[in-house]
Amino acid sequence: MSLLAFFEWCEQSGIGVAIRDSVWLFPVIEAFHLVGLGVAGGAVLLVDLRLLGVGLGRQSVAELSEDAEPWLLGALAVQFASGIPLFLSEATKCYYSFAFWVKMTSLVLVILFTFTVRRRVTRMDLASTRPLLGRFTGLISLGLWSGVGWGGRWIGFSS
Amino acid sequence: MSLLAFFKWLADTPWSVGLHESQYAYPIVESVHVWGLCLFFGLTVMFDLRLLGWTLRREPVSEVARRLLPWTIAGLVVMVLSGGLLFFAIPLRSYQSIFFRAKVVMLLLAGLNVWIFHSRVYRRVAAWDLDAAPPRAARVAGALSLVLWVGIIASGRMIAYNWFDCDRQPQSAIINFLTSCVPAESEY
Repeated sequence: MSLLAFFEWCEQSGIGVAIRDSVWLFPVIEAFHLVGLGVAGGAVLLVDLRLLGVGLGRQSVAELSEDAEPWLLGALAVQFASGIPLFLSEATKCYYSFAFWVKMTSLVLVILFTFTVRRRVTRMDLASTRPLLGRFTGLISLGLWSGVGWGGRWIGFSS
Repeated sequence: MSLLAFFKWLADTPWSVGLHESQYAYPIVESVHVWGLCLFFGLTVMFDLRLLGWTLRREPVSEVARRLLPWTIAGLVVMVLSGGLLFFAIPLRSYQSIFFRAKVVMLLLAGLNVWIFHSRVYRRVAAWDLDAAPPRAARVAGALSLVLWVGIIASGRMIAYNWFDCDRQPQSAIINFLTSCVPAESEY
């Protein structure tokens, strides 16, 4: 099965059809997706600003990321739960959307980065002895998340 | 000149039409608005959650406010500027949008909530700065803020949909009342 055929199959799924047939479902799911984006953004910024040396400074990075992580994971759960149905309702459009692929590439990269490098840097407090490593980690994280957000918003502009 | 007449006039100015019809400028402003949302709303949520005692419990409330507020305000400036442009691009339709009106009401309430919080319970922050769970008044302010901002985001997103637009008649009388729509006279 080719990727396009898979996307077309997604679009014909029960959830995809139900969302397309409804006037309200897509916008309401979209609103949840936007709120989840904001909460994820806050949880990411809390730690990344600290890594960049311009945010909260009292606690160690490890403690701060421990506080932020449940909110990041919760928000990501909301993003998957809302984003997948949105995708199912217009999978073929996504297949041909450049923005969609920018978003998915950034998303895969940022998830890999967050749960490997960034997690290591924050949990082991590596930034306290190597501030430059902390700054790079914060910058890469923010840059990749921006790619996810911008790409996501632009899916809606491509027709 | 009524507000309706003013926004009608504004909608026909070349800059408004240009921004509305532009291929890139409008989507870019929209994207900046979403980017600012992450900064402003994201950090607001974190502060509200601290007020509720649900995160950053080891961090003094005043410290969270002092360190995050400059970024939150920067985010707000981005939101107001980009949001102002989005309104300027589609002034008449936004003015008559029931979702835009709901959003403005909730924005005013959220502003009032911030003002009450800062002029009352936050004045005595020294007394409860280190409390993992702040006093009731602070928790209420945090909860109200969360609810209002979620409502603002949801109604803001809905402005894009034209279900209740004035040029889509018939609408129920209550909708036309809430959107100041007089069907026969409306022009788009």
